[in-house]
Amino acid sequence: MDQEYDAIILGTGLKECLLAGLLSVDGKKILHMDRNSYYGGESASLNLKQLYEKFKPGQELPPHYGRWQDWNFDMVPKFMMGNGLLVRVLVHTGVHKYLEFKAVDGSYVVKGGKTYKVPANDKDALRSSLMGMFEKYRARSFFIFVQDYEKDDPRTHKGYDLDVITSRELFKEYGLDPNTVDFIGHALALQTDDSFMDQPARKMVMAVKLYSESLARFETNSPYIYPLYGLGELPQGFARLSAVYGGTYMLAKPDAEVVYDEAGKACGVSSEGETAKAKYVVGDPSYFPGKVRRVGQVVRAICILSHPIPNVGDSHSVQIIIPQKQTGRQSDMYVFGCSFAHNVCAKGKYLAFVSTAVETANPTAELIPGLQLLGAIDEYFVQVSDVMEPVNDGSEDGCYISKGYDATTHFQSTVEDVLEMYKKITGKDVNLDADDPAATAGQEQ
Amino acid sequence: MSTLPVMQAKLVLLGDMGAGKSSLVLRFVKGQFFEYQESTIGAAFLTQTVSVSDATVKFEIWDTAGQERYHSLAPMYYRGAAAAIIVYDIQSPSSFERAKSWVRELQRQGNANLVMALAGNKADIAEKEPEKRKVDADEAQAYADENGLFFMETSARTAANVNDLFYEIARKLPRAEPPTPAAAGVTLSAQRQSQRPKSQCC
Repeated sequence: MDQEYDAIILGTGLKECLLAGLLSVDGKKILHMDRNSYYGGESASLNLKQLYEKFKPGQELPPHYGRWQDWNFDMVPKFMMGNGLLVRVLVHTGVHKYLEFKAVDGSYVVKGGKTYKVPANDKDALRSSLMGMFEKYRARSFFIFVQDYEKDDPRTHKGYDLDVITSRELFKEYGLDPNTVDFIGHALALQTDDSFMDQPARKMVMAVKLYSESLARFETNSPYIYPLYGLGELPQGFARLSAVYGGTYMLAKPDAEVVYDEAGKACGVSSEGETAKAKYVVGDPSYFPGKVRRVGQVVRAICILSHPIPNVGDSHSVQIIIPQKQTGRQSDMYVFGCSFAHNVCAKGKYLAFVSTAVETANPTAELIPGLQLLGAIDEYFVQVSDVMEPVNDGSEDGCYISKGYDATTHFQSTVEDVLEMYKKITGKDVNLDADDPAATAGQEQ
Repeated sequence: MSTLPVMQAKLVLLGDMGAGKSSLVLRFVKGQFFEYQESTIGAAFLTQTVSVSDATVKFEIWDTAGQERYHSLAPMYYRGAAAAIIVYDIQSPSSFERAKSWVRELQRQGNANLVMALAGNKADIAEKEPEKRKVDADEAQAYADENGLFFMETSARTAANVNDLFYEIARKLPRAEPPTPAAAGVTLSAQRQSQRPKSQCC
């Protein structure tokens, strides 16, 4: 490893692997290292043996769980928006060809202790039992406005400037009641708290639009897709892209450490007595102590079930959102379900994940409203993670540090962070619409 | 002639750096051989179609892209693989030992119906200079028999047994693939979607 690289990347989380792939395709010479012996860092999917080592060290694996290698537990449970940025990056780079995906069966929201299917467009709104008769028609006009809205076509703006009018004001224009506003903001726009209400409405409107376009893309009952064998396949796919373009991969380097020059600028990485040089170092926050700060905490429970999640039509994969108002909290709670149909657990088993931003000193107790939706739980594992972000932007110290994985349900903010980092590093944008050499890399000869 | 059923099969190559994985693929897919093959092919995978008596098999052939170098090959690599060729260099006992550890890894992690082939590559060298052979063919055959692999010595340089290796795999692949949950998968493609759901104005 005593060589010189353009960039050394530390940690093989999704963000780091995506950056490694993009930089390698650009012709940059990359060395990518991880302290763990597996890919994925914080965003890995662990097998049963790794999960027990992490949460119950020293305990025997229960024999009724079958082969440990048949399990893939996502450490950061999220779904992929069918028309979202991650899908666009996958297609742009050709990495979608390495993986297989399934559509998520359903998307639900909790109101007054009951679980409802999320209506996502004008037709759904009319059928939904979530709203009364008159409210349905009001919601329908709002959906038509959002569906027809095109930034470049003022005729579709209906006189509203979305950079001026707030979400609260826009909802008022359509006469929507607080319950409808709640599910539009939290179950469709997928905002994690209510701060969007007094901000310009564009963000919320575009998020609702993304939801309904994602729903239309695969003509299924949810806007989401999910990769077989778990989300941990995503970083591995992008790492492979990097390797195909010459990237060098080293796992199991527990002592990997950033090396700084006299001016305090990152100039390489050392491990096992060797030092590799680089123009700059990229990585997740755990490799940069002293250069990151905590901005929040997320609590996540991983649950093993022997039955589908109740009240969602026996779905093998599902998302249920519990908006903050339903529990008197500041932030929403999310339930994700998937099953053996996704090659993430033994046959006949189901996995459920409950997650939310931490608000109290007893995070596990905060998850109770979500856990109560699951019926009998065979076993569960709770993890509280700090969400860290960099203090500097990397321009001076040569350390380009990703943000931790937030509580959002999908990968939009994850990919946005990567695209911003890419721009800081290279000075240019990723043109997701352009034909890229990588997009044809896997094509037939 | 193309009335035979067509089946797709992901095929992965495993083995030590320098054992000749890429050379075998290049010989099979393009009929080429380079004395100093770059360490990776530079493509995500190559495809080649072969016809055997009862089927046409379209191989999607994956290369390690050098990730095995520091023992950092991602498990994703062999997910869903129907066949694997484990390659060693007949001049290198350590590459044969490494091949055995790949077999163990595949028995542990791979799909249960995986067709595994053991290829002792660079066989042409032993023909010219027998003293350079360090792995006995009988020993490799015995190991293959014990572990349910089939075995051939190959030469990417002379093309000896290279096509036979892939044809033999095509013959051995299970014919009726059991329906997998993946059957209901979605296909991502670059084509622009017909964007928004139609709104039905009154």
